[in-house]
Order: sequence, then C-alpha cells, then structure tokens
Amino acid sequence: MIPVEISSIKKAYGNIKAVDGVSFSVKKGEIFALLGPNGAGKTTLIEIMEGLRKRDEGAVKILGLDPWENGYELHRKIGVIPQDFTFFEKTNPREAIKYYADLFGVSVDSDDILREVLLEDSAGVIFENLSGGQKQKMGLALSLVNSPELYFLDEPTTGLDPNARRAIWEVIRGLRGKGKTVILTTHYLDEAQQLSDRVAIMNHGRIVAMGTSDEIIAEHGSGERLEIHGTKELASYVRANTDLKVEYNGKGLISIALKEKVDALAALEAVKQSGLDWGEIQTRRDSLDDVFVKLVSGIMDEHGEIKAESKGNNSSNQRRR
Amino acid sequence: MVSAKRILSDLRLFGRGYLRNRVGLFFGLIFPVILILLFGAIFSASSGTVNVYVQNQDSGPISTLFLDALNHTGTINVQLVNVSDSLPQVLRDNSVGDGIVIPENFSLNYLMGIPVNITVYGNPSQSSSAIVSGTVSAVANEFNLQHYNGSMIIGLTPATFTLSKYIDFLIPGLIGFSILVSPMFSVVSISSEYKKMKLFKQLSLTPLTKMEWLASKVLWYIFLSTLSFLLMTAVGVFLFGANIMLTVWLIPFLILGPMLFASLGMLVGTLTKNPDTAAVIGQVITFPMMFLSGTFFPISLMPEYLRTTAHVLPLYYIIEGLNAVMVYANYAQALIDIAVVTVITVILFVAAAKLFKWRED
Repeated sequence: MIPVEISSIKKAYGNIKAVDGVSFSVKKGEIFALLGPNGAGKTTLIEIMEGLRKRDEGAVKILGLDPWENGYELHRKIGVIPQDFTFFEKTNPREAIKYYADLFGVSVDSDDILREVLLEDSAGVIFENLSGGQKQKMGLALSLVNSPELYFLDEPTTGLDPNARRAIWEVIRGLRGKGKTVILTTHYLDEAQQLSDRVAIMNHGRIVAMGTSDEIIAEHGSGERLEIHGTKELASYVRANTDLKVEYNGKGLISIALKEKVDALAALEAVKQSGLDWGEIQTRRDSLDDVFVKLVSGIMDEHGEIKAESKGNNSSNQRRR
Repeated sequence: MVSAKRILSDLRLFGRGYLRNRVGLFFGLIFPVILILLFGAIFSASSGTVNVYVQNQDSGPISTLFLDALNHTGTINVQLVNVSDSLPQVLRDNSVGDGIVIPENFSLNYLMGIPVNITVYGNPSQSSSAIVSGTVSAVANEFNLQHYNGSMIIGLTPATFTLSKYIDFLIPGLIGFSILVSPMFSVVSISSEYKKMKLFKQLSLTPLTKMEWLASKVLWYIFLSTLSFLLMTAVGVFLFGANIMLTVWLIPFLILGPMLFASLGMLVGTLTKNPDTAAVIGQVITFPMMFLSGTFFPISLMPEYLRTTAHVLPLYYIIEGLNAVMVYANYAQALIDIAVVTVITVILFVAAAKLFKWRED
C-alpha cells in the first residue's frame, strides 16, 4: 500500500486559494519535504492530509483512509507535530508521554522515548518552562508514543537555534533508519536537502517543482555556466563573436551558458581576442537555492504576469506570524 | 465508545495541572471560604445584640427591673452612662444612634400609676434603631400590663426558629456561588484558550473524544465543588455555629450544578471568537446571575420584577434547592428544583458537546 496518495487537492479560504490542485504520492520509507515560503499553502495541505482540515476538492488516501471521514481511525496510526506545537502549560514531558500512552492504550517506556528525542534532562520540567527546542522535542516525543508508520511534521524546526535544529534532524534521521515514512514542511532549504529523499517546492498553493534535489536542478536549473569577472564591453564582445548566450549582471559578472563543455573554449578564445581585462573564471551549476529563488520569487501567475515577491535571498529565515 | 480509562487519564492530567496553577486553586477553594469568613463576620455581629447606651436617672427598683428585662430580650445589650453626662454627646462620641433615657421618678410614677415617658434615641435609617424601639416598647407594654392586671394576658413564649441566623442562609448561597463561579470561569477560559492555542486540534489527534474531554472537566469541577462545599460548611458550622442540615439530598445539586455551569462555560468558549470576548461574555452572564439568584441576600428582599427575572436563572433553582434542603428540610420543593436543574443541565451539556468542535472545516 502506498502510504500517501493525493490528487488535485483544492482548498480556498474565501477568495484565497490556499491549495490549488496538488497531487503527489509518497512511498513507504520515504522522507518527503514540502518546501515553500510562508503562505505557500504547506500547512493547509499537511493539515488536510492529517485530517485536521476539510478539503474542498480532490482525493486523499492516507494509509488507505480518507483523513477527514476516518480521522479518528487514522489518528491512531499516524504521528503528528503541528506547527508551533503547544501543550498544557503545567504538564511535564514525562507526564505528557504517560498521558498519550493511556489515551492510545499502549504501554511505553517513557525514558526510552525521552532518550530518543534527547529530552531526558528536562523530563520533569513543566511545558511553560521548556525552551523552544525542548517544546518541539516534546512534540516529537508525543508523536512517537503510538509508534506510527507515518509521520507528519509541520515546520519542526522553525524558530529554533542551530543546535536545537540539528538535534531534531537527528531524531528525524533516526525515523528514516527505522524505515518510517515522513512528510515534513519547511521553509529552510538546507533542511529539505539534508533530510529528505524528495522535495516538492510549493508556491501559491501549487507545486512548482518536485523530485530529488538533482532532478529539480536538472529540470529547472540553467545547466552549467561559465562565469567571468569582466566589463560590459567584454560581455558585448563575446556575444558578438560567438554563438553563445551571454548575460551581464551589471555588476562585473559575465555569465555564459554552456550547452557543451567545449563551448567554454570558444568563449575563452573570444575573451582573449578582445584584448580587454578580465578577472576570475569559474564554471558552476545552479544549486537548489538558485532554483528555489528562480521558482519562487519570479513566478508567473495565472494571468501570465511575473510576480516579484520575495526580493531577499532564499534563506528567508523569518518566523511565521 | 466512551472510555472510562481515557476520561480518568485526562482527569488526572488536568487535575494535576489545575493544582499547580495557584490562581485557579485560590478562586476554586480559598476564595469562597474567605467570602464566608467575611460575610459571616459582618452579619453575625449585627444580627446579634445591639449595644444601647442607657442613662438611668431613676433611683428606684423598677428601672433596674426594666433594664434587666431589656437585657434578657437578647436583642439589646445595655451600656450604662453616667447621669452627669449628656446622652446625645455620648452617642455622638461613639458614633452610634441608639440610646435610652429613663427619667427621674420612673419607679415612683410607675408604682403610683402616673404616666411616664422613656426617651428612645434612634437613627431612622438604621435597622438597629427599629430593633431597639421595638424591643423597648415590647418591654414597656409588658410592664404596663403587669401593673394594671397583675397577670399577663398575652405572653410571649421565647422560641427559636433556625432561620433566624443570617449565616444559615448565607451558606447555601455561597455554595451556589462557588458552584457557579469556579466551573464557569475556568471552563470559559480554558475552552477559549485551548481553541486559540490549537490544543483541541492537538487532542483531536489522539483517541480522546471531545465528549470524554468534557466529561473529565465536569468530573473535576464536581470534585472541586464538593471540596469547596465541605470547607465552607465546616467553616460555617464550626466557626459561626450555622444550623444547617447535611443530607443525601445535597448530592444531586453538587453533581448537577458544576455540570451545568461547566457546560455553559464550554458553550461561551465555543461560540466566541477569542479568549477576551469569551471572558467578557462569561462575566456578563455570571455576575447578574450571581446577584439575582439569592447568593448574598434573600430573593424575598428584591422587588417583584427582579424576583420574576430570577426564575429564568439556573442558579436560582440551585440556591432555592440548597436552601430547601439545608435550611427548611422542604424536600418536596427540593425535588422540583432538582427536576428543573436536571432539565437545564441536560440541555446545556448536550448543546456544548454538539457545538464544540475539535477541528475546523
């Protein structure tokens, strides 16, 4: 059975299309990341899959169940950390684990779980006194109680310091090691790249790219480029004297797309003939960062207009809300 | 479908959290006891004897008998003032309004059958003055009758009726108060806060059902109200000598009351958008109900239209029922109140369980 299968999911809030026709499936044992800027529709989509939100249209099968109609049955089989996980203020992690174990009717060793999420030192600290990272770890601990096969982690590391993020990553890698299936949302590129087998980049409620990092780069990246530090005159000279596609960024960087590796020789030959000054030379490929910026900050909307939304760089680390 | 194990496990977690939250504990248990101490102290003093300054200008035996008779009424405590002092000045100095002057030759005139007047000072706006003038004229009548007939025609047999003490009335009222306030305010607050913090969403991911969650809250507030009831009753009986009856008839009120107001609180929390609105609406419902249902003073003191209004308030039936059981032992009345409260409770509980949602559409 394929753990997660969704097709043509739509959800609108008034006029805003939060999720606008999303389809994918996730294989058993896979870690699948939904990557996108804030407001891309990631949380709405993941909540539809968890059965916390009703979809307007489309088909969803999670572990063979419709999550909205059979939520009660489904929730026994999945583990979830909602975005900004919160819990009863006066309850400590050990009590919370015991509580969940009672509710699920399972018996667990709370020390084992606390150790697994690296929270054994704060087992007796009530929730309101835990740090952000510890709270998130407690959320992870609770999602482990019913030993689910499928996990939904909604921005598990948003707002955490680097150490706390790495600790959470370790726990998620541990899940992969046990063959669990994980769907996570994030707006951190490195998180998606580090943890996931496949990434879906979401923007404006749609998936704009999906696959492994390499597949996305191959499909949406520009391919290999030769970059030369030089003047606008040099760029014009190379453009005039070769068949190559030459771009000048206005700040002293000439970028030449290479269809084949030998194109680099033609380009350099033209540079030499120009007699103009030039500096550093390098060849490079688009990274996932480059593709993400390209897909998310300069995307065409349904009217064909280019929307320039996130003007900053790709690491938009600001917290949600 | 409903699992007792899950209810108990939620009850344990919630109860532990509640006990760690000192504010909730204060309002749930300590505050009602403070109220009973406060009201008990205020009213047990005034419902006892009234201090009256008396200037006895007479030197005969009858005035002494008369003052003894006044002292024995139990409502007046005679404080003698020197004959040389001015009584109005003494009253002013002590900021009191009640005083009596027994004139010179009081005994002589009485024995000879010559009319003689006692001067009674009083402040018409104070209830104590009415007590004093009433008592003095009653004793004077008695003396008049004795003088002319030698024997009393109409006598008064001293009898005590348990309701005579304010504290007896106060205890059922304050129990009603604690049954209303603690579940109502806490559940309004937690249901709206949990909604805002998405804790209900979190819980919906577990096998706990919303019915079980609500049941656990109701059980907790029944437990808390019972504890508060025992504390208040103990303070009332042992400290103020309240004369109240404790019977099994109280149990329905201690179960239904918290259930009713926890459900009402749940409805307010569910039907409002945010915790601030919820708190305001909770107060708008709670405070008028508190004052109009006979919590702090008897409903019979209120004007007709307010008494009619009180009949739509659920707390009215709880307090009326508690009074019927604890003070009057009027179980036929209690039965009617239990029936009314049961109907309201069932309606509110079902409505709360239906309308309150774990998840959003």
